[in-house]
This record gives sequence, structure tokens and C-alpha cells, in this order.
Amino acid sequence: MNISLKIVSIVLLVFSGFANASVIVCKSCELSTIKQGIDAAKENDTIFVKKGTYKEHNLVIDKPITLIGQDYPVIDGESKGEIIRVISDNVTVDGLFIINVGTSYTEDYAAIRIVKSKHFVIKNLVLEKLFFGIYLEKSSFGKVYHNKIIGDAKEEYSSGNGIQLWYSQNVEIENNIITRVRDGIYLEFANNCSIKNNISSDNLRYGLHFMFSNDDNYEHNTFENNGAGVAVMFSKQIKMLDNTFKKNWGTASYGLLLKEINDAEIIGNTFEENTIGIHIEGSNRIRYDNNDFINNGWAIKVRGACYTNTFVNNNFLYNSFDISYNSNLNDNEFSNNYWSNYTGYDLDKDGFGDVPYRPVKLFSYVVNRTPETIILLRSLFIDIIDFSEKVSPVFTPENLIDHQPLMHKI
Amino acid sequence: MLKILKYSCYDLLRSRWSYVYFLFYLLLGVVLLFLNNDLSKAVITLMNVIIILVPLIGTIFGVMYYYNSKEFTALLLAQPVKRSSIFLGQYLGVALSLSMSLIIGLGLPFVFYGLLESNTIWDFSLLLITGAFLTLIFTALAFNIALYNENKIKGFGYAILLWLFLAVIYDGLFLMSLIVFESYPLDTYSLVATMLNPIDLSRILILLKLDISALLGYTGAVFQKFFGTNLGVLLSTLVLSIWVILPMFNIYRKSKRKDF
Repeated sequence: MNISLKIVSIVLLVFSGFANASVIVCKSCELSTIKQGIDAAKENDTIFVKKGTYKEHNLVIDKPITLIGQDYPVIDGESKGEIIRVISDNVTVDGLFIINVGTSYTEDYAAIRIVKSKHFVIKNLVLEKLFFGIYLEKSSFGKVYHNKIIGDAKEEYSSGNGIQLWYSQNVEIENNIITRVRDGIYLEFANNCSIKNNISSDNLRYGLHFMFSNDDNYEHNTFENNGAGVAVMFSKQIKMLDNTFKKNWGTASYGLLLKEINDAEIIGNTFEENTIGIHIEGSNRIRYDNNDFINNGWAIKVRGACYTNTFVNNNFLYNSFDISYNSNLNDNEFSNNYWSNYTGYDLDKDGFGDVPYRPVKLFSYVVNRTPETIILLRSLFIDIIDFSEKVSPVFTPENLIDHQPLMHKI
Repeated sequence: MLKILKYSCYDLLRSRWSYVYFLFYLLLGVVLLFLNNDLSKAVITLMNVIIILVPLIGTIFGVMYYYNSKEFTALLLAQPVKRSSIFLGQYLGVALSLSMSLIIGLGLPFVFYGLLESNTIWDFSLLLITGAFLTLIFTALAFNIALYNENKIKGFGYAILLWLFLAVIYDGLFLMSLIVFESYPLDTYSLVATMLNPIDLSRILILLKLDISALLGYTGAVFQKFFGTNLGVLLSTLVLSIWVILPMFNIYRKSKRKDF
């Protein structure tokens, strides 16, 4: 045997020793169920699941493996319970079509649940007929991207969330499409997460929902036609950038709800055709910058205890009410915004109106006091009293004023 | 009566006022549609016009027509014609020609714009129907005022005041009463108060048909529930009809006894 051949064989041996083996699962193979595939696989192996329908549930992945579906094999849980549970670090799940997750009122069955694991990747999944979709429980440093979750939720109490994070940190959620579930994405005690480029629409409750989650950011997402766009509650340092909140329209709907939120940034978002663009309660030190408020019922509705917020360089276009306030006290700053209702002039041509603008109408003050009066909306009398209040303000907050309203849209 | 109705109509057509009125609405429709490019927005703007302008024009026109055709009326009274048919004929002549101008003037541009294929057709027809009703109501009220007042200036004054009351002052009083009694449940009260004023009733009927009704919140939901049912629709049509029939009956009653 000559030396070069020896070297080749040694190299091959070494290589095969380190390389990950692959396990193939298909309907006519030796391994015909995914469960057998998982059992047969060793650590760091890749399981390829070929096209077909696999009626399985309660699959537990307890070692670091990669589970890849080829041509979207269907895993049908037959509504019996949870389908995949991951309890190991470094697991990747890719390209599966999971349907029929069981519904339970005592347990949160999910299509795929990650428990106390790190560095997981969940991508290219399609989930239908689900209770909970992707459930991350005390799991961190993972990625969830390019999934499609299509629910058929009818009632809030009997439906689950698309993607749910519970005590999970540093998770990236990107490019998912979530529709017709209860909450599109729900974060509870989830810090340092980033949520980008998702589309969350037609959900029963919220498109995106934060609870007790800090230092997260979400950007370039679209929230359309949900029960109520996005709710951010009891959270700190959330960055909300370049999102679109659209058509959250109904008697109790809003684009964005902020409740007990401090030190957040809301920049470059578009709020279009929502009953209430942003509903703010007890939120302090928030920057609103470069947002567009278009055709909303109320662009911004401020309820008590909101201090040191700044609204700069926003466009307020054709909203029925620009700002609604329920108190006479104002500690928030409004400046350099464009208001489509502004009727002032700019004699020195510096781009800023010479007459300050008062965004709170008398009627919005009256409606706050006595909600029934809203039925006088668009009555001539209301236009007259709004005009007289504009000329000489008596009821609306004295210092709630934009001293330098822009003459042109940004 | 029909003959007098016809004469009144022809008279108005000859006097060019109904053309002016017709052209005004035509122009309004065209401008709204081609500057706005959005049917439902145009319907909202039209609502503002209809609930303010239509009653005003109906009132002024009614009073004006009555005083202007006084000599002709005196001539007719000398003929063997029933009094009621003279006055009701004149009233219907004015009111119907005004409604026609409104419906055709606004309808034409919208039809050309492609309304028939659009979903807003029902909103739009509601708009025209309430517009026609408001014309009938306010012209009848104007005729009443004119019948009671020989003095032109006084008649005009009362007519304008009537319009001002129903379009503006009524809402002011309504608003004040809502604020004063804010600690009581006000749903039924506000429903009734709205029903009593034809302008408010028309406004609410149109608002509830538009997207904007979501703004009305809880009170809006109560209204929606009421006006959404057959009973609500029936009742509001009934109220509008009563607003037409009562003044008409009064014209009939008053004209029978009046000295000329």
C-alpha cells in the first residue's frame, strides 16, 4: 500500500468520525415515523423527513439534533395534544407542516415547545389548526424565523397565541406571518428580544403583546386588523421603530396601547385608520419621533399620569381628533409637528407657522368628560364651539401647544 | 291640485332658481369626486353639506316662493279651486322641484363616476333620501311661517331663526343637558333627543352607515343597536314622515281659515 493512499484513507476516517451522520425518515423507509428517527439519531445528527403525512404527537427532542423536513412533510397531531417538545440545547427544526394541535383548558398545548434550552433555531414551519403555535419556555439565545402560523381562533378563551415567550431572553423573531390566533406574538418576562419584519394580522386580541418585558425592540413589523394592534404593558426601554399599525378599527380598538411604559422610543411608525392611534396611560419619558398618524379617529389619547414625553417631527394627517387629554395639566412637549388641521400662516418663510397650534379641541375635552356627547360629532354647533375655543382657550390645557408647527409634511 | 303643482313646478323652472340649485349640486358633486378621488370621503363631505345647507335652502326658498307668488295666489283664490289644493299644490311644487334638483344634481356625477358598481351606493342613497326628506320638512315649515306672517321681513326672520334653532341651538342645548345630567344614564334620553330633531336624526342615520361610527364608542353601540333593527329604521322613517305630514296638515288647516 503506498503512502498517498494511506493518507487519503486516514483523512477519510478522521473526517467520517467528526462528520454528522444523517438519518432519513420516510413512509416506506426502515424508519417510518419521526419518533423512530429521533430515537435512532445520535447527538449532532441531522434527521431528514421526506414528504408524507405523519400522525404523531408528543415528540420529544432530548439531544442536539437538526430536524429537517423536505418538501414540507405534514405532522398531524390529530388534536391529541402537544406535538414537538424540545428539551435540549442546539436543536434546529426546519421545514415542517404541523397541523391539528390539541385544545386544552388546563394545559397550553403547542405545536412546538422549547423548554429550558439554548441556541435553538425554528424556521420555515407552517402551522395550522393550532392552539398555541411556538411556545418558548425559559429558553434563550434562539431564533424563530420565516414561519407561517395560520389559526382559526373564534373566541379568546378557547384559543392560544401564535408565538409565546415566557421567561425567555435574547430571542430573535423575524419574518414570520401570523394570523387568526389570540395574540400574534406574546412576550411575558422576556428581555432583550428583537422582533423584526413580521406580519401579524386578523388576530382576536393583540398583534403583539408585551408584559413585564424590558429592553426589547421591534421594528418593520405590520399589525393589521387585529382586535387591538399592539399592547405594551409594564415594560421598560422598549424600542418601537418603523412599524405599521393599520385598520385596528372597532369601538374598543387601538393601534398601540401603552400602559405603565417608561423610557421607550417610538420612532418612524405609521398609524393608519385606527380608532385610536396610540392610547397612553401612565407612561413617562417616551420619545415620539417621525411618526405618521393618518386618518385615525383619535391620533393620540392621553389618560392620566403621563409626564415628560416628547412629540417631535410627527405628521398628524386628517384625524378626527389629533390629541385627547383628560386633564388640564400638561407636562409633555409638542414641537415641530405637522398638523393637517393647522390653519396658520408663515410670513417669514422659515417653514414654521407663526401662530402656535393647539392640538386639543374643546369637543375632545367635552367628550372626555361626558362620553355620551360624542353623538354630536360633526354637528355644526360643535364646529362653532371648537372655533371659539381655538380663538380663546378656556377649557383645554393652557400650555399644551405646538409653538412651531411645521408648514409642510415631513 | 296636480295642475297647480305642475304650474308651480313650471314657474320655478322658468325662474331659473331650480337650475341654479341643480347646477350648484352638480358642481359640488363633480368637484368633490374629482378632487377627492375617494367615494366614501366624498360621502362624508356631502353629509356635512346636506345636513346644513339643504335645510337652509329649503327654508329660504319656501318663504321666498310664498311671498313672491302672493299675487298669483290671490288670482287663483278668485277661481273655483279648493284652497287646500292651491297651497298644498304650491308647497309640493316647490319641495319636489328642490328635491329633484338635489337628487339629479348630486346623482349625475356619482353615477358617471361609477357609483352603481361601488358598495357605497346604499350610503349614497340614504344620503339622497334624507336630503329629500329634509327638503320636504323645511319647505313645509317655511310655508307655515309664511302663512302666519304677512310681513315679509318678519317671515324671513322667523324662517332663519327656525333653521338656526334646529341646526345649531338645539345641539347646544342638547350638549348642555348632557353635561348637566352626566351622572345619570343618558342613552335613552339622547336617543329620544336625537329623534326629535330631523337634522340630528339625519346626521346620526348617515354617520352610523359610515366607517366613522366606530368613533362613537359605547353610545354609538347603543345607537347602532337601535337604528340597526327594523324597528329603528321604521321609527326613524316614521319620525321624518311625521315631520313632513304635521306641517302639511297645518298648511291645509291654516289656509282654509285664512283671510286674504
